[in-house]
Amino acid sequence: MMPWSETRDIFYNGLWKQNPGIVQLLGLCPLLAVSNTVVNALSLGLATTLVMAISSGSVAVIRNFIPNALRIPTFVLLIAVLVTIVTLVIQAYAQPLYLILGIFLPLITTNCIILARVEAFASKQPTAQSVLDGIAMGLGLTAVLVALGALREVFGKGTLFSGFDLALGEVATGWTVTVFPDYPGFLLAVLPPGAFFGLGLLIALRNLIQSRKA
Amino acid sequence: MKRIKHWARDILAPAAVLLLFSAIGALLLSGTHQATAPTIEIAERAIKNRLLAQTLPPGSFDNDLSRAIYPLPSDPLLGLKRPASRYLATRDGQVSGVILEATAPDGYAGEIRLLIGILPDGRIGGVRVTAHHETPGLGDYIEIARSPWIHQFDGTSLGHPDRAHWKVRKDGGSFDYVTGATVTPRAIIKAVQGALTYFAAHHAELLSGEQP
Repeated sequence: MMPWSETRDIFYNGLWKQNPGIVQLLGLCPLLAVSNTVVNALSLGLATTLVMAISSGSVAVIRNFIPNALRIPTFVLLIAVLVTIVTLVIQAYAQPLYLILGIFLPLITTNCIILARVEAFASKQPTAQSVLDGIAMGLGLTAVLVALGALREVFGKGTLFSGFDLALGEVATGWTVTVFPDYPGFLLAVLPPGAFFGLGLLIALRNLIQSRKA
Repeated sequence: MKRIKHWARDILAPAAVLLLFSAIGALLLSGTHQATAPTIEIAERAIKNRLLAQTLPPGSFDNDLSRAIYPLPSDPLLGLKRPASRYLATRDGQVSGVILEATAPDGYAGEIRLLIGILPDGRIGGVRVTAHHETPGLGDYIEIARSPWIHQFDGTSLGHPDRAHWKVRKDGGSFDYVTGATVTPRAIIKAVQGALTYFAAHHAELLSGEQP
């Protein structure tokens, strides 16, 4: 059993100190592409977290059997296989979820944060810690994605939480919050440049908080 | 001799390991594919059947559309590279419409696959998108689940609006679009117009069981 302090450190690293979205700046391609609404951001974030936990865990299990020179190709192969399996299983047994996530799932393979964590952490650490690191890093990315999604949705479309009914079904029909009624829309926030501006603001905010603390 | 030993250790052994991992990966993938393919097909067919019924006015047909399937040859007007299918709608045994599978090849991110329902008089009954790769949150308003945009085609025909107005408003036409995502609607408008042109040339065959 691993000590509590170690678990805490792993989560502190993933969520704040080495946050993949605003500190390591890894995995920006999907981050910028789909962070235009909260529901898109949350869906991609959670799917990435799932894949990170599984791939970090599996790499930790087989880490002693992989020749050093073959690390990267083996990891890439493993991640691609896992993403494909997860995609097929979701497509078969959770069709509504697939209709939402379908276009994002292949994007996960291209997300370098997964390879980065597998290489930097899981290839050197025990299995339990690696799975936790995958989850913590994934949640850190999800948090940034959701913040960026909320920012862009409010300024781009004047709403919050629109489209949740597509992901969760009837339960979420009334969830859309209209922040600015009759909002004409702000295209820049919806398009990728808006994601860069938003991300810049989030990084600045984090640096500000960090410098106050120090 | 020494050189051969090096070669075996540095190249052959890693290659064998990589081959082993690839083989395991391929095995896992084909296993998962075998296990999930039937379920995926059932789920996809259910979605398609639901969309099929939406491309014609409710009550205009009383047959099981998914069983009234006929071949549709590949034709540039339909954007098809391979032969596809059409579905004949009947009411009280009378043909009341035909649904064509068509493809808009020039979407923002590849093909957009469509079901286009056409009434015998050449008016559109309805259009539905069955598969696409447009930008999530931007170009995906073409899905009926996300916005009513696709309803604009209901009741249109080759002469209504007239030829010059089969475009998005930005290009001087009469179809709405979402700012920032104009490539997507352009592709669909062109595909629907193409399908109507194809129907105009082949309506007799399309509305019977014959080969167009």
